[in-house]
Amino acid sequence: MKTGQLFEAVKDEANRADPYPLYARLRETPVSRQDDGIYVVSTHAAITSLLHDPRISSETLPPSERPRTGNPFSDWIVNPVKDHLTNTHRPFIFRDPPDHDRLRMAVMGQFTHQRVHAMRGRSHDLVADLLDKQSDATSFDLVCDLAYPLPVTVICEMLGVPPEDEPQFHGWATQLASALEPDNLGNEEARAKNIITFDEISTYMRGLIKEKRRHPQDDMLSGLSAGSGPGGEPGMGEVDLIASAILLLVAGHETTVNLIANSTLALVRHPDILARLAGEPDLAPRLIEEMLRYDPPVHFRTRRALSAIDIAGITIPEGADIVLLLASGNRDPAVFCDPDRFDPDRPDIRHFGFGGGLHYCAGAPLARFEAEAALVALAQRLVHPRLIDDPPPYRSGAALRGPMHLRLAIDGVAPRR
Amino acid sequence: MRSMDAERKNTGGHTVVVGASLAGLRGAEALRRAGFAGRLTLVGDEPHRPYDRPPLSKSALTGEVAPEATVLPNLHALAADWRLGVAATGLDRQAREVRLADGTTLSYDRLLIATGSRARSWPNPTEAGLAGVHTLRGRDDAAALRQALAPGPKRVLIIGAGFIGCEVAASCRALDRAVTLIDPGPAPLARILGQPVGEIVAALHRALGVDLRSRTKVARLEGNEAGRVVRAILEDGNVVETDLVVVALGAVRNTEWLSGSGLDAGPGGVVCNEAGHALDTEGRPDRAIAAAGDVARFPHPLFDGRPVALEHWGHAVAQGEHAGRLLAGEANETDYAEMPAFWSSQGGITIKSVGLTEGADSMVFAQGSPKEGRFVVVYGAKGRCIAAVSFDSARWLPAYAEQIAARAPFPPICGGTDEHNLTVLSPGFPEKRTSP
Repeated sequence: MKTGQLFEAVKDEANRADPYPLYARLRETPVSRQDDGIYVVSTHAAITSLLHDPRISSETLPPSERPRTGNPFSDWIVNPVKDHLTNTHRPFIFRDPPDHDRLRMAVMGQFTHQRVHAMRGRSHDLVADLLDKQSDATSFDLVCDLAYPLPVTVICEMLGVPPEDEPQFHGWATQLASALEPDNLGNEEARAKNIITFDEISTYMRGLIKEKRRHPQDDMLSGLSAGSGPGGEPGMGEVDLIASAILLLVAGHETTVNLIANSTLALVRHPDILARLAGEPDLAPRLIEEMLRYDPPVHFRTRRALSAIDIAGITIPEGADIVLLLASGNRDPAVFCDPDRFDPDRPDIRHFGFGGGLHYCAGAPLARFEAEAALVALAQRLVHPRLIDDPPPYRSGAALRGPMHLRLAIDGVAPRR
Repeated sequence: MRSMDAERKNTGGHTVVVGASLAGLRGAEALRRAGFAGRLTLVGDEPHRPYDRPPLSKSALTGEVAPEATVLPNLHALAADWRLGVAATGLDRQAREVRLADGTTLSYDRLLIATGSRARSWPNPTEAGLAGVHTLRGRDDAAALRQALAPGPKRVLIIGAGFIGCEVAASCRALDRAVTLIDPGPAPLARILGQPVGEIVAALHRALGVDLRSRTKVARLEGNEAGRVVRAILEDGNVVETDLVVVALGAVRNTEWLSGSGLDAGPGGVVCNEAGHALDTEGRPDRAIAAAGDVARFPHPLFDGRPVALEHWGHAVAQGEHAGRLLAGEANETDYAEMPAFWSSQGGITIKSVGLTEGADSMVFAQGSPKEGRFVVVYGAKGRCIAAVSFDSARWLPAYAEQIAARAPFPPICGGTDEHNLTVLSPGFPEKRTSP
């Protein structure tokens, strides 16, 4: 395969279970121009460099264009205004400083130490309950029965979203997260679907925020609606608030599930390490950092060059789309010795599992706690877990990559400790 | 070539590290990591194991961290003899001996000089001896200052508006103590960061409630009958009533013990070659001796080989490790070329810097703006980019570090995100400067 077609192969679902050999090929050219004009960045050094380069923009989404309805009032008045609002109030993952900083700071002001730590204990209880449900099972689906419900419950409780509304979000979140897959951005039908979903979830959020303003509770949405973080952050406007709430909800739904599922897959494939974790739960923090390197939940993110950038012997031209292949940087032999080996004793793991630079994952501490709770309990309670399908079926995304199902055969579930 | 390297490799004998702080510790660890299996002795004039200094002007003063909780972790098993609480007083290179303050001597095969620097004391010894007059360098200094701040002094007078003076001022304000900051220059930090940034720092400190007096000096300190400081008379004639004075007039390099050793050492530091070997007064390297950290003066390849001595935390780590490898025979004749970098935090703002501003003839606000309180300033000299400083915007600095290392034209990055106006300004450094 020619270098200029490698990223096309990365996106091909046939390579979802093991894209790493393709990444190794891509790393032979640290920054390589693909045949469709995209620049793929695959080495640790080049990714690090661009994550900290002010010429790199996250404002990569194509302009919003709501589909025609045939109703002239909607098509000529309402929807153009909505499109304008959407374009100018994207969630902060798709925005650059200074707007990004203002919005992120307001949100981080609500990610308080107390709230995050409260969720640590809560995660342990949630995992224990979820595993209790499998006590008579001989097999179960780790994704549907644990990796998905855990982070979803946690993010809903953090935000203050009623759990009974959750089933509604499942489809919304999956649809909106597809905005991170490059092929969906180029596909008109997918974009139309996305914007309809965005309008539906926005309507829901607008109602919820109204409710929070009327009856504030101790949750992030109430705090954001009141607009007074611990640092006295100024409130954000209604449209930014809705966009931020949607971002947090989607991020909580679509990422940690992959971390837990990918980790479980790796552990069941490495029974020696799984057994070690059961007897040595203090290993969990290091093991999770190694997981974030070895098989991270987000494989790449896209950016755009605001001006020409000379890097690794090539010039990325102004306006070019750039893919930062984070999961490839994580396997770069120039930084990690024997990079394809899963080794929780690895020193100094400078991974891109949470990205890097100014868009570094805002929920990283939460994700670490959730993964720790899940993995330690799985290691200690599952009796002789085996993979029913290896490799498991994967979700379609190449950027947000993880198993759709992870069916495990077990000889029982030990009682909670 | 390989066999020659093997012969050069130093795996035995006795290596003495004089200076048991960050550079000495990291140097000793690097020696061990490089396979040095001989005897290792670390000499320190303080009675403490190596500890971390940056918190001493910040969290250790505000009470968030106890001064004794700053002990540095060992990153590598050392198996060393520690001679703590004993200063080195002399060096005999012919006999290969270090003399210690307790009258004993240590013979060495390899020597790492990492004696660092000390706080410059108030020039008038009588006034400096008044109770309530402090300097801040070591952990005992921080503990003493913390104790003096606890009962709530009437007013803290800080002499000198460099990084230590500014950080102590901000820490005292965090404790809600009244503070007067005396700044001989036109604005705090202007000597390092230039006048436009200095004015931003001045505004920051005024907003914190610091009584900032620029362009003036303390003429003398006065005490009461009990020998306690009670007031300061300024050169402009003003009087500041105070019962706690912090003298923050910079650092003096600890090289006195090297006089008579034949090494080229003085107030500017221990002069080294590119690799880090100490030079004698004839300019010849002594290959048994390396220097690292604050005390080492070396030609920096990123700045046209200009000799610099850097008082930065990251530099103490990097040069310490380089010197350790050098003495172990691993880094033979490779130049030390680490990008200078430092940080400071004061009043909730984090200032970070890469490169060296010395000699800058131009500067731009490259990202953000002073109005927003977060920005990156890039400094240029003779059309090339030489330094970048960020206020609460450190995320962009690695990109600028690359530009500086590549000797990129100034201004180096145009068309970046959050760019307002690339007007080239003059840094307007006050008076003659030495490297930061």
